[in-house]
Amino acid sequence: MKKYLWPSIKLTLLLVVLLGGIYPLFLAGIAKMAPGKGDGITVMHNGKVVGYENIAQKFTADKYFQPRPSAVDYNAASSGGSNKSAGNPDYLKTVAERIDTFMVHNPDVKKSDIPAELVTASASGLDPHLTPAAAYVQISRVAKARGIAADRLKQLIDANTKAPVLGIFGLSTVNVLKLNIALDDLK
Amino acid sequence: MTTEILGVIATYGITLLLAWPLSKYIVKIFKGERTWSDFMAPLERLFFKIAGINPKEEMNWKQHMKALLTINMVWFVYAFFALMFQDKLPLNPDGNPGQSADLAFNTAISFVVNCNLQHYAGESGVTYFTQLFVLAFLQFVSAATGIAALIVVFKAMKEKTTTQLGNFWDIFLKTITRILLPISIVIALIFIFNGMPASYAGKDTVITMQGDTVNVSRGPAAGFVAIKHLGTNGGGWFGANSAHPLENPNYVTWMTEMVAQVVIPIAMVFALGMFIQRKKFAYVIFGIMTIGMICLLIPSMQQEMGGNPAIAHMGIQQATGAMEGKEVRFGAAATGYWSTVTTIISTGSICGFHDSTMPLTGLMQLLAMMLNCFYGGCGVGILNYYIFIIIAVFISGLMVGRTPEFMGHKLEAREVKIAAIITLLSPFLILAGTALSSWVLVHHPDVNWAVKPSTWLNNPGYHGFSEMLYEYTSSNANNGSGFEGLGDGNVFWNVSTGFVLILGRFLPIIGPVAIAGLMAAKKHIPESAGTLKTDSLTFGAMTFAVIIILTALSYFPALALGPIAEYFSL
Repeated sequence: MKKYLWPSIKLTLLLVVLLGGIYPLFLAGIAKMAPGKGDGITVMHNGKVVGYENIAQKFTADKYFQPRPSAVDYNAASSGGSNKSAGNPDYLKTVAERIDTFMVHNPDVKKSDIPAELVTASASGLDPHLTPAAAYVQISRVAKARGIAADRLKQLIDANTKAPVLGIFGLSTVNVLKLNIALDDLK
Repeated sequence: MTTEILGVIATYGITLLLAWPLSKYIVKIFKGERTWSDFMAPLERLFFKIAGINPKEEMNWKQHMKALLTINMVWFVYAFFALMFQDKLPLNPDGNPGQSADLAFNTAISFVVNCNLQHYAGESGVTYFTQLFVLAFLQFVSAATGIAALIVVFKAMKEKTTTQLGNFWDIFLKTITRILLPISIVIALIFIFNGMPASYAGKDTVITMQGDTVNVSRGPAAGFVAIKHLGTNGGGWFGANSAHPLENPNYVTWMTEMVAQVVIPIAMVFALGMFIQRKKFAYVIFGIMTIGMICLLIPSMQQEMGGNPAIAHMGIQQATGAMEGKEVRFGAAATGYWSTVTTIISTGSICGFHDSTMPLTGLMQLLAMMLNCFYGGCGVGILNYYIFIIIAVFISGLMVGRTPEFMGHKLEAREVKIAAIITLLSPFLILAGTALSSWVLVHHPDVNWAVKPSTWLNNPGYHGFSEMLYEYTSSNANNGSGFEGLGDGNVFWNVSTGFVLILGRFLPIIGPVAIAGLMAAKKHIPESAGTLKTDSLTFGAMTFAVIIILTALSYFPALALGPIAEYFSL
């Protein structure tokens, strides 16, 4: 073993410099040309940074479209899901409560129209997206709170819906932050 | 729904399309033929010169293993101390503390052995220095270790009679400079231009639309995430791993990460056929592995897309499937696919939390890790499969009453004993570990550890048991995913899984290399009409049966107590 020890140590040091030092530094340099300059893509509104495009933020007011529940309370200094199992009774109670809360704030919506993603916590706790269905189901509430016609809100959601890759791979998504900014800009 | 499934099919298709040319390239490198990457040769020569290594010196299998173990030990010591004292080291913009000794022990081992179990969260448990100079570094070298061991076995299978199996340092370094590093750069660039952070800036503070103040963790993640997948490591930059929207911003990065983690394992199977010039042998192996994957994949996707029956009872709509612990941009089908791939190969990264998947999906994840040989991790997947081949050859030999032969060499007691020990090792480590933790949980619920045993489990009943079973299965398979609800950040889990990690890594590497090395040194017997044809479909089916029977018999009782009981109680 002794014969291999010094070569091991020296090779390790060299590789640490190459893989831990030069490799990420090179990438950080190239990232200067990328969107967000490698710092993450931020979103501006009225000349101020109001958040990161890909990080969900808390929207509780009725006049905003609301993102999915978060197990970390939208704290982007951490991340994570609930890790609750499918049959956990406490968890199912939480889901039932979320459904009830939703029904109180959205009295016009039929229970069978509530999409599951609106009452289940996302994996990261920072899921920035809704499915189009989960956005549509909030239209009547937002329309009432803002006094805007439901049709216009539907158009707004459609305009902010990102289609699957090449139209056929994956899902359609709506970025909640961008949708709400567009909503505030509507007037 | 259709587009979700199309996305999965396209992703697998792209993987195959890329694995084919990659396998040709890999073979060229290890046969020493000319390639486009020869411009790296001066760098390699420089490294060897400084390190005092003669890359032309031929080694036998024992020397290979000595070199491999020595350098792995050096990495462990380096990582252990760097993690403990990371608060005193530079590149710590968020001011994160050093790791405790038991956590540093677990983290260091876990990354050395290509597992990446992560009993900490990336945002607060490590610094940029340790993420880059320790963890990302280990993600490169641990993958290269697995591939280097496999190349030794390739060489041993190819030669008629030899003890000269190439030079470990040469194979190891070329794996990094010719394969892992260049491909990682390409992958990282795709990530960067899709908005993944890559700069060294620390946490940012923003005031949201509703006026909340939020800190956003960032950092040079793109390069890390590239090698995390390419090297089948799986450790996340952020706590939520590839479910985090900065670690996996959109469907394009999802596809990229998905392709990256499985492309080398598949390419190595094709490379096996080309390298030893028995293509049919490799195609049969590829076929069996693919059938195995599909058997695990279909129930997983079906269960996840079908949704949670307990939530269906509440009368809401589950068109998108079981969405607890999943992200909208990926959806249920893609998350089901990922959960299968990440467990059959030893990545262990996630794009949706396994703890919240349906019971049968959990069963498939556990089985996938217990088998650990359908494609499998970088290099080690085929090594695991190789053990099953040896057992299958042995049993076939018993059935026809001849001394079994494999690749023109007699398979004798010594080799079969090694294979048997390796086969028995996994159930021993997994089941004994789970039994130990269950015992501690029941008899010593209030021990004063960082997390008391009585609060270890995040879920009651059968699923709670599955959480412990999963942790040891993942450790033994060097997978690194978890039923993350488990309170594993304490000395019991750090130390016990740490030992499972070491044994579950190095013995299954040493075993196959030893068998291959011992066999290659024997007299070569030319093939005759009586030789067992190991490249036939019949033999493929035989191997498959051996895999299923050995695994089913070993694990069925534990699985019945966990996910199967949970399924019937839901």
